Amino acid sequence: MGGALMHSPYFLTILTFLPLAGTLALLLLPSNDHMWIRRVALVVSLLEFALSLLLLRGFALDSAAYQFVEFRNWIPTPPIHYHLGVDGISLFLVLLTTFLTPISILASWKSINQHVRGFFISLLVLETGVIGVFVSLDLFLFFLFWEAMLIPMYFLIGIWGHERRIYAAVKFIIYTMLGSILMLVAMIWLYQVTGSFDLQQIQTMLVTGQVTLSLRTEILLFAAFLLAFAIKVPIFPLHTWLPDAHTEAPTAGSVMLAGVLLKMGTYGILRFCVPLFPEAAHRAAPYVAVLAIIGIIYGALVAMVQPDLKRLVAYSSVSHLGFVVLGLFAFDPTAVQGALYQMLNHGVSTGALFVLVGMLYDRRHTHLIPEYGGLATPMPVFAAFFLFVSLSSAGLPMLNGFIGEFLILNGTFLHHMGWAFAGAVGVILSAVYLLWAYQRVFYGPVTKDENRTIPDADHRERLILAVMAALILWMGIGSVSFTRRTEASARNVFMLMQRPQAYNARVASVPSHTPFSGAARSGGVR
Amino acid sequence: MFPPREDVLRLLPEIILTLSGILLMVIEPFLNRARRKILVSLAAIGTGLALASTVYPALHPGTAFSGVLRIDGFSVFVQVIVQAVALLVVIGSADYLDRERIQHGEYYALILFATVGMGVMASAAELMTAFVGLETSSISTYVLASYRRDVPRSNESAMKYFLLGSFATAFFLYGIALTYGATGTTQLALMKFPTASGAEHLLDLGLALMLVGLGFKIAAAPFQLWTPDVYEGAPAPVTALMASGPKAAAFALLLRILATVAAAGTFWFWALWISAVLTMFVGNFAALAQSNVKRMLAYSSISHAGYILVALTAAAASDQVALGVAAVLYYLAVYALMKLGAFIFVSQLGGESERHMEIDDFRGLAMRQPVAAACFALFLLSLLGLPITAGFLGKFYIFTAALASRLIWLAILLAINSVIAAFYYLRVIVVMYMCEPNQSWPPVPMPWAVTLVLTIAAAGTFYLGLFPGRVMALAMQAALSLPGR
Repeated sequence: MGGALMHSPYFLTILTFLPLAGTLALLLLPSNDHMWIRRVALVVSLLEFALSLLLLRGFALDSAAYQFVEFRNWIPTPPIHYHLGVDGISLFLVLLTTFLTPISILASWKSINQHVRGFFISLLVLETGVIGVFVSLDLFLFFLFWEAMLIPMYFLIGIWGHERRIYAAVKFIIYTMLGSILMLVAMIWLYQVTGSFDLQQIQTMLVTGQVTLSLRTEILLFAAFLLAFAIKVPIFPLHTWLPDAHTEAPTAGSVMLAGVLLKMGTYGILRFCVPLFPEAAHRAAPYVAVLAIIGIIYGALVAMVQPDLKRLVAYSSVSHLGFVVLGLFAFDPTAVQGALYQMLNHGVSTGALFVLVGMLYDRRHTHLIPEYGGLATPMPVFAAFFLFVSLSSAGLPMLNGFIGEFLILNGTFLHHMGWAFAGAVGVILSAVYLLWAYQRVFYGPVTKDENRTIPDADHRERLILAVMAALILWMGIGSVSFTRRTEASARNVFMLMQRPQAYNARVASVPSHTPFSGAARSGGVR
Repeated sequence: MFPPREDVLRLLPEIILTLSGILLMVIEPFLNRARRKILVSLAAIGTGLALASTVYPALHPGTAFSGVLRIDGFSVFVQVIVQAVALLVVIGSADYLDRERIQHGEYYALILFATVGMGVMASAAELMTAFVGLETSSISTYVLASYRRDVPRSNESAMKYFLLGSFATAFFLYGIALTYGATGTTQLALMKFPTASGAEHLLDLGLALMLVGLGFKIAAAPFQLWTPDVYEGAPAPVTALMASGPKAAAFALLLRILATVAAAGTFWFWALWISAVLTMFVGNFAALAQSNVKRMLAYSSISHAGYILVALTAAAASDQVALGVAAVLYYLAVYALMKLGAFIFVSQLGGESERHMEIDDFRGLAMRQPVAAACFALFLLSLLGLPITAGFLGKFYIFTAALASRLIWLAILLAINSVIAAFYYLRVIVVMYMCEPNQSWPPVPMPWAVTLVLTIAAAGTFYLGLFPGRVMALAMQAALSLPGR
């Protein structure tokens, strides 16, 4: 059965839209039957995860080409295709999404009691949107998923979030829209020049020199794309929506937001910004790297002084994603591999941290660190898991975080020693803020009476945490099983950055392709 | 003396509409109050037949009545839009009129006559004919705006609309006169060059005045001032009609002049550019400050006129007129669907004498009436232009047209405006979905007729948002069917 599905020409379509189909099942259930709604949502998401594992089985190792490709005509004018495919860059991001969705559903098992059906529908629609972003190979299709996925996230924050949820939800959506609408303009501009919305086609045209962008055009297009992605990542100073959105979102929302939504930004940089506009990327690299380093250090410093545990984790995301961006703009295959790996690490570790913080919130309804203290006594199992995840996030060797940071710093060091040094400061700081927070929450005497009787992790919570901890450990010691699948694609990015002639020799040419040309015009009566 | 058969058949939709309107007026006195509902069915059948009969002009394009009308793909496209709008408004009005106790045949007749006028505007190849169409549609809508006779706001609305609208048509008429003076003809196709030397300025002035007149009708800044008051005061279904139908017809006329008269393209370009920018910003910023849903939607339709003006500017700018025209046409279809859906929804939810029109009245609507709220949210998201809704593709085509004409700044300003607009559309969604329910009024039942209209509008919003291919091809054909400069 699995094999048949895997070889089906619709495999990626099924993978993308299965969660959406699952929402139909949820709509058939009565809206007050909360238990069955949760169960069906969980089954759908587990089925989706199982399906996505087939990707691993069918994925050819040494190929940088897109696999499981689907290509169908969709809109005739302008030519837009339904073009899906997976390569080493998107493979694990898809898996991360399908992995974190059941985790999110399990994590919200008890904490969501209002409008339960709407909640799980939003979560599943979000999953479809995010997977769609990662598998789309047509700019238009990509944009469609990119924007469409805002709506479920907006509802997740706005309806099921905490006190300032509406402010956070609106801020989130407006920030993202501001960046992405300019990206749309850039996409259409690119289409005017190349006559295509197809990523592969455009890429081929650029690599073979069939189409050349003038430097000015390239820089403008790069800037528009980068702005959209930088807001999503977020790169300092565009990060201000993130702490609010993360803090106000319900646990599942934070997990998905930190786990996969931020990766859409770094994925976009790696998939579009760098290979499509290499010269602009090279010129911008020093500036972006400086912003990334500021983000690493600033995020860590702000995280250190946060009294709010969830905000602390949110700012740690700014810091960690700074590493990813640094790795991407070092233009080194090792660093790119590291950046890819760090995206996954951050998804799993920070996802787990948000789950843990959410569990504390379920018990005490506060995120404030001073409200806790000495929790290791009443909840030893929980404390152990928390420590394990914190250490992974801080980059302890043998755990996942270390591999990513090491690869990034290693690759960066070869080209830009200074960047690597500055980045390394962030590694130290991350240990400081995480362990300090851990110490304040779990060690020492129990300071509040409410905390004496606080229950330890129950079976459901232990299951979630054990699965995540196992993955963290596996990614720490078995990293080869990941990197050998991403290697070919990471190297391929540098092939795609090749251009046939040097930039300075180029005339500022704007090819005069005109859309809707040919058939449409000649058929008229003009 | 009788005109040739083809000419009559080409005008078949308008003839059917006119006859249905007359029939409605004649038949009404013979019906007692209880049986007035028949009028809706008659009006709907009449409009439906007219809509169906557009097949003939679509298959047999050509001129009619000594060349005063030019029935081509373009005119048919616009006629289908305005007649579909009329049909949906007729169906969606029935329950509203019952509730307000103004169920009369003349209401439907006026809608039908207005539609005739719009159809003539869309197909006029000659300026006097265009003027007659404009007046037919305008006068009918003046009366419709005041249809809640005993409500002062409705009267105020009609009065403002009438006075300012009369000014606008006067400008338009004077423009025609000057153009005639300059070129010696009112036939658009013959208006290539001024006949007398030194008449260029006369032609320019004539064109400017015509632009002013039509600018009023499409609510383009700086001629948009009447819109919020009139839209707010008029009965909500009439607002649905005004916001989508006459606007489409006026844009059609603008396009036809633009595409036919060479001087218009060059002379109008900067006026259109500035007006587009002004209209977008004025509409969006004013909408931000509104607390009344109807007024907010009124300002939002001003901003949408601005978006369409961007495409119009693109048509005026380049030799790629067809691309801009097709973008305008596609957006008109999209816009009519979503705006009509939103206003019909509001007309029903507003309750008796439109009591619940504040945004705050919609608090927690999603908990009380989830399906209705989802439907309204869909229209709002489409107006906002989020993907998988029609509004996104409409905007996408406008962007494409603008960038094809190298109007990069205009495209960027349009992008910025889309984000500004997000604030007020999202606010309504926030109120509906994220606030505690407002229990001060009972849930409003959705009668089947309104449900039908909303379903069609919602389905259309999805269809045009996901599968634009067919309609865009038609819009492109329509654009290419224009005579060309």
